[in-house]
Amino acid sequence: MIPDLECTGLTRRFGETLAVDDVSFSVPAGSFFSILGPSGCGKTTIMRMIAGFLEPTSGDIAIKGRSVLDVAPNKRPVNMVFQHLALFPMMNIEANIGYGLRRAGMSKGDIARKVDEVLDRIGLPGIGKRKVDELSGGQKQRVAIARCMVLEPDVLLLDEPLGALDLKLRERMKIELKSLQAAFDTTFVYITHDQSEALVMSDHIAVMNNGRFEQVGAGQDLYYRPETAFVAGFVGDSNRWRGTVERVAGDAVELRTETGLTMRAAAKGQAANGGAVDIFVRPEAIRLAREPGDLAGFDNRLSGTVGSLLFNGAASRIIVESGEAGGEIEVTLPQSGEFADLKRGAPVHVGWSAAQANCFAANGG
Amino acid sequence: MAAHARIGFVLLLMPILLWLVLLIIIPHVDMLLISLRERVGVGEYRTSLANYVTIATEPLYMRTFMRTAVMSVLATLITLLIAFPVSYYIAKMARGRVRSVLFLLCLIPFWVSELVRTFGWMILLRETGVISQFLQWAGLVSGPVEMLYNDAAIMVGLVYTSMLFMVVPLVTTLDSLDDSVIEAGYDLGGSGWSVMREIVIPHAVPGIVSGCIVVFMLSLGNYLTPTMLGGKDSLWFTEMIYSQFIVRFNWELGAAFGFMLLFASSVIVWGMLRLTGQTLERTMG
Repeated sequence: MIPDLECTGLTRRFGETLAVDDVSFSVPAGSFFSILGPSGCGKTTIMRMIAGFLEPTSGDIAIKGRSVLDVAPNKRPVNMVFQHLALFPMMNIEANIGYGLRRAGMSKGDIARKVDEVLDRIGLPGIGKRKVDELSGGQKQRVAIARCMVLEPDVLLLDEPLGALDLKLRERMKIELKSLQAAFDTTFVYITHDQSEALVMSDHIAVMNNGRFEQVGAGQDLYYRPETAFVAGFVGDSNRWRGTVERVAGDAVELRTETGLTMRAAAKGQAANGGAVDIFVRPEAIRLAREPGDLAGFDNRLSGTVGSLLFNGAASRIIVESGEAGGEIEVTLPQSGEFADLKRGAPVHVGWSAAQANCFAANGG
Repeated sequence: MAAHARIGFVLLLMPILLWLVLLIIIPHVDMLLISLRERVGVGEYRTSLANYVTIATEPLYMRTFMRTAVMSVLATLITLLIAFPVSYYIAKMARGRVRSVLFLLCLIPFWVSELVRTFGWMILLRETGVISQFLQWAGLVSGPVEMLYNDAAIMVGLVYTSMLFMVVPLVTTLDSLDDSVIEAGYDLGGSGWSVMREIVIPHAVPGIVSGCIVVFMLSLGNYLTPTMLGGKDSLWFTEMIYSQFIVRFNWELGAAFGFMLLFASSVIVWGMLRLTGQTLERTMG
């Protein structure tokens, strides 16, 4: 099956800087693909090249198997939902949604019918005569998507469209976007710097840094099996150490952190050849116990005292201060009630298995 | 406390109130009264509409009046046509230094006085002027060409004088249009022309209207340019006002002319606002 969108060796330079560096990926039809990365990593540049507002320095972009490099933005079978939505303030909702259809030369009756249809689909029937600034943030969002979807594009590009919304609405729109994508059965390419948006909505996520894709995979892969130090650090929270490898045994390594802690960890990538490494351990991968005996099965064990309690409902954590670890370790607080009476300064023991500690060759920084 | 605040408010308002009352309202009321009286003998006057009747019945006055209005509208339209692409380029396409340099270039002609600027045009356009000599040198014409003292010369002068007053409001409104809105227009299949017609121009209407109002009023009330660049057939209404007041010493008729001009500009500006569905607050605020 031909993928809806395929980029090969996509590169873009701005003067001396390499904004996008030899990126290749393909997005299967009907899937939700996200590009996740910090600001300035080049994700917007990729998006603008796909939409046709920027020329790639080299590489190819194919939509449904046909290269679109020579196709002007207004002729490409892709549409874009802009960061600030870019609804036309001088037109009402109906005219906004009908704009593309009018440009395609459709008859007035057909346009009116299609606009009504799509307004029904986004759950906002009868708002056609309203002005843009009379809508709420979430409604504008849906209208912006409807304005593109009414043209039945092969690929819909979304450029951080949830950025301007408040937290509650953003949570709701994530679910709504996912279900809209399923309802329209169109390929979505979504760019964001918010990992939770990417993790919740996407079928596949590409993590991008410095113009390159670090890793492409499902959300679970990125979270549980990061392939690079950047992915491990960027997706989800982690406790980090820096250290050196002392002994290698297959995939497992024994290493000593800069603070003098001996730790066993799983080596990823080129970490096993010795030298400096970065170690990442997720707060929820660390087991908390009152007695050291409860942690007998774990490869790495530490004891310390509770430094502070960070209550945040289901995502509550404690910070364990430990002389051995040479600092603080964030540990997720189990919600079973077992540690409900934990106080500041109380002695605790923590442990984690070697498989849960990912170590990567340190890259200078 | 409240009384203090009131006094402060009144004091702050004083300069503008004085300006309005002393320089605008009182002179205009006086002018209106002068225009409504008729001289019947030495130092003897009576109230009548005779001056307005004279204007309505004398073809020269009426024709000059209409010509001035039509030419001013035309000058406004030509200025808009030239200024719009210029402003679009400055606001949307030029970046950084180029942008400020271009803007400065629009401003530079205003560093010299209007009189000097108009003499500049005379040097270019007159029979022994630069353009005429160039055409002769190039062999395109056999004798000297006179390009001054006609309506086209007036139009050139008016458009040149007004350009900045059109460019500034246009650049301001075009600047406020988000680039991504224009991109969205293209993204959804719009061509350059349709994006211009459906997105850019509707957005720029307040700027277009306010620029047009300013340019129109400047053209209508311009005295120097038509006097210097126009010929004997291109009489401007302000020249007639001047001659009534200063040459003929007929203040009564001159005042009536003044009110005709005020009336004409009000009607045309009102019509322009109605036509474009704008209000004065929206275009000037």
